[in-house]
Amino acid sequence: MHVHRFEKLWFGASLVLIVAFVGTIVYGAIGPGVAMVGDDGGTIEAAAVSDGNFEQTENFREPGVYESTDGDGVDVYIVARQYLFNPGTAEPIEVPRGEEVTFHVTSADVTHGFNLAATNVNTMVIPGQVAKFDVTFEETGEYGIVCHEYCGSGHHTMAGQLHVVPQSQFDTTAEGEN
Amino acid sequence: MATGHPDDTATHSDEEYVETAEGTRRRRAFVDRYPEAAQIVRICLGISFVAFAGGALFGLIQALHRTNVLRIIPSSDYYTLLTGHGVLMVLVFTTFGIAGLFQWATTRSLDREPPSSRLTAAWLGTITLGTLLAGGTILAGLTDAIPASADVLFTFYAPLKAHPLFYVGAALIIVGSWLAGASYFLQFREWRSENPDARIPLQSFMVLTTMLMWYISTLGVAVEVVFFLIPWSLGLISQVDPLLTRTLFWYFGHPVVYFWLLPAYLIWYTVLPKLSGGRLFSDPLARVVFVLFLILSTPVGFHHQYTDPGIASGYKFVAMTNTFFLLLPSLLTLFTVVASMEHGARQRGGTGYLGWLKALPWERPAFAGIALSGIMFAAGGFSGMINAGMNINYLIHNTLWVPGHFHLTVGTAFALTLMAVSYWLVPQVTGKRLQWRGLAAVQPYVWFVGMVLMSNAMHRAGLAGIPRRTAEPQYDQFSFQAVVGSVVEMRIQIAIGGTLLFVGAVMFLAVMLATWTLGKSNSQLRVNGFLPEPMSGAEDSPRVLDNLKLWVGIAIVLVALAYGLPLYDMVADGVLSPGSLPVPA
Ligand code: HEM
Ligand SMILES: [Cu+2]
Ligand SMILES: [Cu+2]
Repeated sequence: MHVHRFEKLWFGASLVLIVAFVGTIVYGAIGPGVAMVGDDGGTIEAAAVSDGNFEQTENFREPGVYESTDGDGVDVYIVARQYLFNPGTAEPIEVPRGEEVTFHVTSADVTHGFNLAATNVNTMVIPGQVAKFDVTFEETGEYGIVCHEYCGSGHHTMAGQLHVVPQSQFDTTAEGEN
Repeated sequence: MATGHPDDTATHSDEEYVETAEGTRRRRAFVDRYPEAAQIVRICLGISFVAFAGGALFGLIQALHRTNVLRIIPSSDYYTLLTGHGVLMVLVFTTFGIAGLFQWATTRSLDREPPSSRLTAAWLGTITLGTLLAGGTILAGLTDAIPASADVLFTFYAPLKAHPLFYVGAALIIVGSWLAGASYFLQFREWRSENPDARIPLQSFMVLTTMLMWYISTLGVAVEVVFFLIPWSLGLISQVDPLLTRTLFWYFGHPVVYFWLLPAYLIWYTVLPKLSGGRLFSDPLARVVFVLFLILSTPVGFHHQYTDPGIASGYKFVAMTNTFFLLLPSLLTLFTVVASMEHGARQRGGTGYLGWLKALPWERPAFAGIALSGIMFAAGGFSGMINAGMNINYLIHNTLWVPGHFHLTVGTAFALTLMAVSYWLVPQVTGKRLQWRGLAAVQPYVWFVGMVLMSNAMHRAGLAGIPRRTAEPQYDQFSFQAVVGSVVEMRIQIAIGGTLLFVGAVMFLAVMLATWTLGKSNSQLRVNGFLPEPMSGAEDSPRVLDNLKLWVGIAIVLVALAYGLPLYDMVADGVLSPGSLPVPA
């Protein structure tokens, strides 16, 4: 097979580029430890979520912000439904700065999205699945939450807020203590 | 070899004109040699262009609505139009456009008419019926008078439910495309029995490998629609597993983008070199590229599901690695396209390091459109590499970045290539000379500028976190902060860019309509279908490249490796569970 010298060079350079890409991403995943959504949130009965029957589910609680059981960081349980986040839409979600925040997000009806605008806190919210991921916010501030998956004719009204507050302030506003 | 304007080759090459017994010259364009195939191509392109007209109108309305420039529909109807835009553009415009191109390419390269007019009628009829059903249910959503709607977007994620006829329509479009593929294969078989030892002609090889990839990948969506969504929307089964159906969708959802792109590549490999005044570099490498697409296109779908819960990160990682290897054939294509253009330019007297670029026929719409679409595709390729990166993806997933990306790829690499090649091909399949050539010469540039504005603003808006698929520019609860430029400036660019794109679409359609209606049949076409032999021909390539069974086998093994375990995980708890009831119930 006749292949031009330049074509061979290009072929080789392309392969190097590809391997380098994969390399940087492996590094991103195990080096800085970019958080990713996997399957560790487990599954859930969509019917139980829409009925608010959280006692029936092992891996989900009443929506809200909880001190985590091991005393380190917080757990946030969020239910998305047409067209609001609970909590998030009616009142902002409050989390402390500098502590590990574990999100658990699920849906009561259709597929939604959960994105802190302009950050890589971004997940699909699929009925029957719990999206679970950890984030540590290093600075205080306010973030917009957008539903970024089309979920019905009111999709563009589905939004919320998350506030990162200093730890001292957080203790007084924590909700859903168990 | 012809010199001067490629269009003049009609008079330089004896391909289109033959001496008759009386000593006069008679035209032998595609339409004269293969009247049946030419008619099929005309029907396909005609339907494709009508869909494009509708899609472009909806696109314009969306671009103006979501930037708050002009609002003529309520925001709740935005999604009906968006569904219409998606379906008309990426299901109807592409499918019919590809069917037309493939019918032309197979017929031309195998030098024979399609095998069976009944099979032809069957596939044309099936795809058309499917289109009418899907399109009709979508449009019915604009009025309450008809109890049907399908504003579920072209991705139709369950448990959002559309009218059953929408799913039936989608299934028929796919089945129709299978039948079309069967027809290309039969045409090839007839040729093979007469040419048992010859190498598969390059264009036919490209059509066959693309169709094989299509057969493998559409299995996913066919299973989704036929076994889950149709029975579920009819109420025969009460619930479906949203993650499973979504996964079946994306099993097909990535290869389908290659189903759109490979016909453009076919044109870039086989027609563009001629239009630039030269010839293809290497036939063997072109075959390698298509084989790589066949085996690597399907096991990558999880890269659309990086942010999905319920799929282990390890499977996402495998898909990511495959995705990056899938870059290889595109990078090789980039090389060939640029090298062929340079070769052509030097044949035309171009010199210098970059000076040869000036020697290319930029004033010819067919050449200019294809070359510009290639340039935009390079930009789209870069944003695609970013999408493919598992961690960076988290920043842009489902933001406006994503439509910014695919308006460069399918919305330009495919769409502008189809428009541009039509300036060259439609005269050959209608027998009528291209009309309104001045308009045609400007059109690719209008599209190019419009797309530069719209897509760069969309990409940047995505970085600011502005979501895709939303009717509103602003949210009550917070406002978006731009990283570069300002949000208002991005909106203005999207609106202006979208308007220019619409103008570009109208210009194209006007030229086609004029050619079809005003052109005289039997005129001298000023284009011909002659394609020069590659510098390095098929005889230089190993025979194993033509062994399609082998490549299909490898493709299936790779698919099984990438999808076997994850699918098993999803159905281990029951195929319909964890399930969801349809919404609206
Ligand atoms: C006149 C030219 C066009 C204009 C003005 C235009 C404009 C737009 C706009 C504004 C959106 C909506 C973005 C959003 O709200 O998420 C969109 C979506 C889309 N466009 Fe285009 N577009 C054009 C041509 C095309 C072409 C040629 C294709 C493909 C062949 C295409 C495929 C799509 C697809 C697949 C979507 C996404 C639909 C969805 O999210 O469900 N567009 N377009
Ligand atoms: Cu939503
Ligand atoms: Cu939504």
